[in-house]
Amino acid sequence: MPDSVLSVRDLRVGFATRHGTLVAVDGVSFDIAPGEVLGVVGESGAGKSLTGAAVIGLIEAPGRITSGEVWLAGRRIDTLGAEAMRKVRGRRIGMVFQDPLTSLNPLYRIGDQIVETIRAHANVSEDTARERAIALLQEAGIQGARARIDSYPHEFSGGMRQRVVLALALCAEPDLLIADEPTTALDVSIQAQIIALLKRLCRERGTAVMLITHDMGVIAETADRVAVMYAGRIVEIGPVREVLRNPRHPYTKGLMGAIPTIAARTGRLVQIPGAMPRLAAIPTGCAFHPRCSQAFDRCYSERPERMPAGAAEAACWLFAEPTRVHA
Amino acid sequence: MLAFTIRRLFEALVVMLTVALLAFVLFRYVGDPVSQMVGQDTSLEDRTRLRLELGLDDPVYIQFARFVGNAVRFDFGISYQVKQPVTRLIAERMPATIELALAAALFAVALGIPMGVYTGIHRDSWLSKLFLTVSLIGISLPTFLIGILLIYIFAVWLNVLPSFGRGDTIPIGFWRTGLLTASGLKALVLPAITLGLFQMTLVTRLVRSEMLEVLRTDYIKFARARGLPERAINFGHALRNTLVPVITVIGLQLGSIIAFAIITETVFQWPGMGLMFIQAVQHADIPVMAAYLLLVAFLFVLINFIVDLIYVRIDPRIRILRRGA
Amino acid sequence: MSDIANKVRGASPSQPPPSHRGQGTGWSSHIATILDSDLFYSFWRSKLVVAAAILTALLVGAALLAPLIAPHDPYDLKSLDLVNADMPPAWNSRGDRRFLLGTDDQGRDILSTILYGTRSSLLIGIASVLLAVAIGVTLGLWAGYAGGRADSFIMRIADVQLTFPAILTALLIDGVALAIFKSYRMEGGKFWILVISIGLAYWVQYARTVRSVTLVERNKEYVEAARLIGLSPLKIMFQHILPNVLSPVLVIATINLALAIITEATLSFLGVGLPPTEPSLGTMIQVGNKYLFSGSWWMVAFPGLMLALLALAVNLLGDWLRDALNPKLR
Repeated sequence: MPDSVLSVRDLRVGFATRHGTLVAVDGVSFDIAPGEVLGVVGESGAGKSLTGAAVIGLIEAPGRITSGEVWLAGRRIDTLGAEAMRKVRGRRIGMVFQDPLTSLNPLYRIGDQIVETIRAHANVSEDTARERAIALLQEAGIQGARARIDSYPHEFSGGMRQRVVLALALCAEPDLLIADEPTTALDVSIQAQIIALLKRLCRERGTAVMLITHDMGVIAETADRVAVMYAGRIVEIGPVREVLRNPRHPYTKGLMGAIPTIAARTGRLVQIPGAMPRLAAIPTGCAFHPRCSQAFDRCYSERPERMPAGAAEAACWLFAEPTRVHA
Repeated sequence: MLAFTIRRLFEALVVMLTVALLAFVLFRYVGDPVSQMVGQDTSLEDRTRLRLELGLDDPVYIQFARFVGNAVRFDFGISYQVKQPVTRLIAERMPATIELALAAALFAVALGIPMGVYTGIHRDSWLSKLFLTVSLIGISLPTFLIGILLIYIFAVWLNVLPSFGRGDTIPIGFWRTGLLTASGLKALVLPAITLGLFQMTLVTRLVRSEMLEVLRTDYIKFARARGLPERAINFGHALRNTLVPVITVIGLQLGSIIAFAIITETVFQWPGMGLMFIQAVQHADIPVMAAYLLLVAFLFVLINFIVDLIYVRIDPRIRILRRGA
Repeated sequence: MSDIANKVRGASPSQPPPSHRGQGTGWSSHIATILDSDLFYSFWRSKLVVAAAILTALLVGAALLAPLIAPHDPYDLKSLDLVNADMPPAWNSRGDRRFLLGTDDQGRDILSTILYGTRSSLLIGIASVLLAVAIGVTLGLWAGYAGGRADSFIMRIADVQLTFPAILTALLIDGVALAIFKSYRMEGGKFWILVISIGLAYWVQYARTVRSVTLVERNKEYVEAARLIGLSPLKIMFQHILPNVLSPVLVIATINLALAIITEATLSFLGVGLPPTEPSLGTMIQVGNKYLFSGSWWMVAFPGLMLALLALAVNLLGDWLRDALNPKLR
């Protein structure tokens, strides 16, 4: 797909342990179009964050990409050397982490951190970079940015710090922003503001977003498309309305059922029994089958690949054309 | 800032008073001061007179107050062993110890920090492993053994450096320095390395573990995600964040260098306070022990205080949030 | 991201896959569990650690068996003969086959003296570590559990003591003990003075560690429950909270053993430790040091080597134990 900003093909991330390699991300493929917001949801440990880290090339040992490809605007980046990849980070792909309290270096003024980042990617003077930083902070909703640019991170509240973090991630004008649970650590009242800000800043710049979260509400509000991950795989991917209104995969259904507002509207509460498997003990066949109320023979032995299911795609044998048994 | 300084000063005062109490108890109750000062054949009247002169019959708190008052005026009495004022003994010995301690600290920091940074960044390189092995050996070898080894190699075998004493010294006011003569500098080399080696390994290991800790933090990850160059990350963001604990420990180590100087001075017959102290311990010379104790405590407290002030310069958070100590 | 890494780590150890383990019963399954544990794995992974463990075992064994395996008895003053004094090792042309590593200035066999000396160094080291653990753990538990005034009093003492390096504390206590007991003839009493000096010099670290763990554990439900069913504070402290602090205490104790051995040797070297008639590695080095310039290197080299090896081996074990029991530092 040449017109995608990001194109991930059959990505696998493994951890070498003494009991062999544990596969944490297992054959993940997806695309993000320019300016598009892709939401990635799933329980913690499903491989969402690792997928994001793999895209930006920041997987920590003993983890590593064992196979697959990552393409950024038509250029393969997972094979780049360290220095070439550094130039991609920040400039082409920005990233925001979960906790704004710990994402900023406590000993540096926020202005210095922004200026440093701008100048790492563009050949501009200190003063130019500083002016840009002030403008950006203002845009990010820091009032009196000119006066506050020389403040230290601890002088800001959590929500303000996340605004600074967003400004930092976007200051070199990347084409893609990976936001890894950007609001989880924040107060509920502030979460909506930060999400709105993220949406606005990215829309204005035409920046595509990979929004990693476990919050379906955030997805519903922000994303264009959504990918649902379970045990290292994408089990369902499609337009966000379609997936939310009409989830196909039994796991997605369960996930929807766990949200009270939606459950109230549909009038039934779906609960998923059990817990996600440990990486060392992922079941054969479909990884979800031990928890699935609709599992049948094939699910125990054969692993489903993604197949069309309505307007979305689901990795579930229920949607395999010839042997459709359930309604 | 002022309130903080005052509180620190107050805490320092409490520590000093505690140590003074300890020194006083030592001085007053370990052995009988009178019979330590006079000969076997002194008459009972003379002894009683001395008791009265020393005020040993006064209430304990008055004696303690007098002890503290004297200590503040640097009056620690007369050494039992050499029958000279303790203050004079210390004044003669102190420059040698301070010069040795500073040279050792400089050696430890100048080598320890770069080695620590290197081993922290390049965890698995063979050079790191070499550094760490050497540092483990450095920690396992007792100071005196290192000294003996160095003496054997450089004084006995190669015969290039002196094995004992301070060399020639030049007086600058009351301070006799060995730093201005060739023989003085030569004499300083082996003791300074002996004394500094252990501290160097400590600094190396500390900087390394702090680097490892900091390199794992979110803000380093975020700095990577922003595409900052490795150099800026390692030496700017990471190293600076390791400095607070590193400076604390170096400051505290400066104190322990002075204490460890006891061993080094014994090995090299370096005419400093440590040698004086160990002779005092061997001969149960309580006034010298008490004075040394107070002096070392004072130096430690002073260093701690300075370290605290440096903290505030490095870490902006401390200006508002004081660590609870 | 890092939580995944933790999960991966958490998933691998100590929970053997059901397929091929766990069928064994009784001892065999216990052994299988031990063999599969992380601790054991990281032990075998590092050849250096295995070497250190073997070395420690050899040294400790040799020292404890000194009376059985030493060719001479250095305590037996009658067997000493100044004719044998200052002899180089046996492989030297002036050496004597009876004295493999040579003799000292009194004509004592160096090898035998080293074995006996290591024995006293080890015994003093172990006894003083036990003393430090006993004091530190008790005070730490008490401070953490009782809180309030007891806590701040104990911790203030710890703070003040921490201002001084342990070697200085040990020297002071040693010096005071010397001053007190100067008038008494204390044969053998020096051993206990050393144990007490070194033990009192090293208790602070245990107390601080134990206290901080206790502060956390104290507020957990199971302690609350134990209190509600009326268990005495002593029982709660020692039966319920104590197990939580064992692994950090073990790590500190191992590293402190090396420190205690070095401290004892240092005190003896400084001339305030064991007297020359009761050989320890430190005293041997002190005596040998005087003869360094006359070329009698063996008097200091062999005890020095023994001390270095002992401290290094114990330190290596301590380092490994710390890394293995504290995954955060890995």
